[in-house]
Amino acid sequence: MTPSATKPVIELKVTAEDHRIARYAAAAIALTVAEAAIPTPLPGVKPGLANIVVLLVLLRHGWTDAAWVSLLRVVAGSLVVGQFLAPGFFLSLTGAVLSLGVLALAVHLPRRFFGPVTLSILAAFAHIGGQVLLARLWLVPHDGVFYLVPVFATTALIFGIVNGLIAAHFERPGTPTESQQTTP
Amino acid sequence: MRRHPSLWLALLRPGDWVTIVFSLALVGVSYPLLWQSGSAEKAVIRRDGALVAELPLTINKKIEVDGPIGRTTIEIEPGRARVLSDPGPRQYCVRQGWLTRPNAIAICAPNHISLALTGPANSANHNDSVSY
Repeated sequence: MTPSATKPVIELKVTAEDHRIARYAAAAIALTVAEAAIPTPLPGVKPGLANIVVLLVLLRHGWTDAAWVSLLRVVAGSLVVGQFLAPGFFLSLTGAVLSLGVLALAVHLPRRFFGPVTLSILAAFAHIGGQVLLARLWLVPHDGVFYLVPVFATTALIFGIVNGLIAAHFERPGTPTESQQTTP
Repeated sequence: MRRHPSLWLALLRPGDWVTIVFSLALVGVSYPLLWQSGSAEKAVIRRDGALVAELPLTINKKIEVDGPIGRTTIEIEPGRARVLSDPGPRQYCVRQGWLTRPNAIAICAPNHISLALTGPANSANHNDSVSY
């Protein structure tokens, strides 16, 4: 039994694109974890800071990359905070999937008129909409869930605007803060 | 990382304003739409499930109903009703206080008496009961 030198080695080709997605996903996961430490009055009411990263990726690199980052964020983020396969994970996943669906449509809006803020608001509404829908269908099979919708919608709008502005701030080339922006 | 407040506004494009205004309207509408459960119209008092009295919530009135272990007093005021006193040992129905919403119910189980509020007849609310 001699270790053969010709032992097949599975080599995963890592492209620059993979690195890029990993970097963005890492940022999104970090924001998710940081956000988990913020106390919230109601489950479901949170800033959704990771969506800033998803928006940025969407604007810089397109929808496919954004979907990767968003879904990696949901899976890895839930692993880190110990929520993997818990109800919170499925809520988060539903929200992310729906929000990606809406973003897939919304990116076709004319950029000249509709900036990151619009995308962010639509994504935020889709996010909370998906979560409420899943909660109604699965966790709390009672229309009482909809009683909370106005609260969720209000926070979604507020954080949607704020996150959108932050994304716009980082996205806009030639901003004083991003003087040596080196996006491809 | 500093950005002057006015420069943040510069990040908004015309369509963004449209989205914001439209969303605000949508959120604004969602409050009355989802938070109104109609006002309660009638108080329904039952003993052993049988109707004792059905009164509109427009008057001031006290009603006494005798049950197996004593007398339960129910007080009705415009828009609300409560169990004022009850011989039950734990006083759950009394401590529930004023009922104001349609389908709210206070049950004095030991004395077999219940007080329920009903909404408009055409109300879309078909819950058996809701307690707050």
